[in-house]
Amino acid sequence: MDVPIAWYLILSAALFSIGVFAFLIKRNIITIFMSIELMLNAVNLAFVAFAHHWHQVSGQIFVFFVMVVAAAEAAVGLAIIISVYRSRETLNVDQINLMKL
Amino acid sequence: MHLALFVIFGLFCLGGALNLLLQRHPINSALSLIVVMSSLAVLYLLLGAEFLALAQIIVYSGAIMVLFVFVIMLLNAGEEEKTHGSRAAYLAGIPGVLALFCVLASTYVTLRTSFGQARLGNFIVTTEELSRVLFRNLLLPFEVTSILILVAILGAVVLARKEQ
Repeated sequence: MDVPIAWYLILSAALFSIGVFAFLIKRNIITIFMSIELMLNAVNLAFVAFAHHWHQVSGQIFVFFVMVVAAAEAAVGLAIIISVYRSRETLNVDQINLMKL
Repeated sequence: MHLALFVIFGLFCLGGALNLLLQRHPINSALSLIVVMSSLAVLYLLLGAEFLALAQIIVYSGAIMVLFVFVIMLLNAGEEEKTHGSRAAYLAGIPGVLALFCVLASTYVTLRTSFGQARLGNFIVTTEELSRVLFRNLLLPFEVTSILILVAILGAVVLARKEQ
């Protein structure tokens, strides 16, 4: 049985929407960061599905670069979270309202 | 076969994402995100991206999520508390997200005939083909990402260091 490419794309749209919603309603800064990763993964799925449709390798190369940037971003973001927690003693985003550490 | 695997792992993906949304404790959200990423790796395999499926497992489910779980345990993060800020997010978020999903899904449904079918084994990108494109046509961006990662390592060390 074949699966329509559109189903993969709809799945990726659903994952992206859930990621946006979690980004909006979550109050814990770590969970907010995780929902950003979920959105990146949803976009990666769309890239791979389109690469399969057009028979192009470049779509998968894009996913490779997204993964590299996501890894760098996770390292820096979690370091920022640790230093914010050190100075504020909280992870709730409502109580983090200054850029100053 | 393809359809069954797609349905099973697509449902795992959606279930994990919804669980991330509904759980209040960050460690439960992190573990459900690992489920999402591992089942996405299976979907990549179904679409013929064998290198990306393995990189997804190693980089995302392995490295990045271990970093997340490590930070959650390091900071001893408990259940998140409900505060007044979230009500506005519900009011603006639910219609906005539903609109976003409806626009995307309706576009894909109207274009579904031109997208066609994904046949198992129809288009398999081996690691050799992928690396040929990466190292022949895109060598400069590849090298630039190594500088990016170096900067990220230095930045992470500087940010997380204890002030003397």
